[in-house]
Amino acid sequence: MTRSESVQTVNDALDRQGISRRTFLKSCMLAASAMALSPLAGSAMAKQLGKMKRPSVIYLSFQECTGCLESLTRSFSPTLEHLIFNVISLDYDDTLMAAAGHQAEAAKEQAMRDNYGKYVLVVDGAIPLAFGGACHTAAGKSAIQILKEAAKGARAIVAVGTCATFGGLPHANPNPTGAIGVSDLIKDKPVINVSGCPPIPVVMAGTIMHFFAFDKVPELDELHRPKMFYGNTIHDRCYRRPFYDAGKFAESFDDEGARNGWCLYKLGCKGPTTYNSCATLKWNQGVSFPIESGHPCLGCSQPNFWDGGSFYAALPTPKWGKAGEGNPSKAGEIAGAAAGIGAGVGLAAAGLSRYRQYRRAIKAAAAAENGDDSDGQSKEE
Amino acid sequence: MDLLSIARGPALKAALAIFFFGITWRLVTIFLLRHNWQLSFAREGRAGAWSGALKSVFTFRRPRLSRARRSSMEATADAAVAVGSRSWPHPPFVRRTLYGETIGYLYHIGLALVVIFGAPHILVLKSFFGVGWPALPTPIITIISVLTLALLFAALMRRLGSPVLRHLSNFDDYFSWSIVTLVFATGLMAHGHLGGPYQDVLAWHILSFDLLLAWFPFGKLMHAFFLTPSRAIAGYLLKRRGAPV
Repeated sequence: MTRSESVQTVNDALDRQGISRRTFLKSCMLAASAMALSPLAGSAMAKQLGKMKRPSVIYLSFQECTGCLESLTRSFSPTLEHLIFNVISLDYDDTLMAAAGHQAEAAKEQAMRDNYGKYVLVVDGAIPLAFGGACHTAAGKSAIQILKEAAKGARAIVAVGTCATFGGLPHANPNPTGAIGVSDLIKDKPVINVSGCPPIPVVMAGTIMHFFAFDKVPELDELHRPKMFYGNTIHDRCYRRPFYDAGKFAESFDDEGARNGWCLYKLGCKGPTTYNSCATLKWNQGVSFPIESGHPCLGCSQPNFWDGGSFYAALPTPKWGKAGEGNPSKAGEIAGAAAGIGAGVGLAAAGLSRYRQYRRAIKAAAAAENGDDSDGQSKEE
Repeated sequence: MDLLSIARGPALKAALAIFFFGITWRLVTIFLLRHNWQLSFAREGRAGAWSGALKSVFTFRRPRLSRARRSSMEATADAAVAVGSRSWPHPPFVRRTLYGETIGYLYHIGLALVVIFGAPHILVLKSFFGVGWPALPTPIITIISVLTLALLFAALMRRLGSPVLRHLSNFDDYFSWSIVTLVFATGLMAHGHLGGPYQDVLAWHILSFDLLLAWFPFGKLMHAFFLTPSRAIAGYLLKRRGAPV
């Protein structure tokens, strides 16, 4: 990843590595089909990408587990190797790059200077704000400083993973580091959110490729996610949906329903509220996805999914006690305490009412003794 | 925190607290209020009066076989009416009130079936009581829900169409109807994945249920708790005075 490589066109890079145009076209076709674009879009992508200079990409990692990058390395359409060796110039990624320390930082600064206003910034991980940003530092700078510096010259920012998009696990209650997502911090640049824990590799690679091929931010949903990948819920596209519609549910992981592949809604599946492409693109080169393997969807591409209650509590189940636990005793405590207070207030109200009636009766009796009937009666009324 | 988390978290807790507070507050207050002294003797003793209270709640009225000659079909119909006839109008009023009574009964039954035997509702009730039970098949619950919703609208039309009922109705009647209907409509929409993203519609369904819980003790929905005591008191007083119960 030297500077001389980064100024080559994509076609040059392909020629140098002996990759035929046919192979490149095939790769673009696969990427286009993953994005549900027409076959014509695949050839348009190949044409556009071929003649452009390999765009510079800077990949920053903050509060994350490297799962997103692990996932990206399993991309098959396009493969990560194809993406970083042929389509883009990955100028900085502290996990993948050979350089380290001052050399790595120098490479990043060089890329930012040379491609100011043109490079795409990929961010992985949440940004901690607490303690002046001291919870994450690199090269003597906090994550906030690093992100703001890099975002200044970026053409667009792609936030990958639920940590970078919505804060993810670091943001989970009680969020000790004050972690937030990129779009909560950067408001003056287009931010494309590619959420998931981790995101589907093809979705990450496809989003980056789409941006370069069509030279624009793809259509986004209200959470800034590309609609082409996040337009439907898992439930909408789930092959177990007919069982949901027929009211056939697995009640436990080892019952007849589970063995028959019935709907996992009662076992806590968050498919109905989760927008992602797992049910269509699947994982591991289209082998399967969690529901196909018999496990409910966790809803990992939605904001605050860690705080959404137990992974195994059905969607309508109330959240009584601690996050994630449908706790009957907590409901009982609430009901009991409220009923106790209600009974106390009722007792006091009835007592007060009786006392007033008693006082009125005394007054009425006294008035009657004094021969003043009318006064007592009017008060009684 | 998203809307669904609010609906099934803090909003539900608050609604539940208001519900139980309001119910006990009203019931305790009413039961402990001073009652008028009964100046007459109990015709059949105090035990007899209490038996009247229990009978009015737990027994059915016998069919009135007023006519001497009856066909077997008429007798069967009478017997059917006799089951629960204590909650059915007297024969002279049946013709006039049949439509309203039928609608009322049917939508109450529909509500009960959907609440008790709908699969997602069983999960909610299980989180309260710790036990669950088998659900009715989803298509059956869907049909019952649609019919119940239609009956709720029929009940509203009847109320609006009758000058007397319209005159007797106030904000409480319409508001209580609106909340019940809202809970039903949003539930059906969530089930059918209509009207927007599922989590939003589900959140509105649960929020409307939260509102129903919070409103319950303070409006006419409280009839669910007042019905039985009211009838017991009526039965007690009637029996005390020697009237047949």
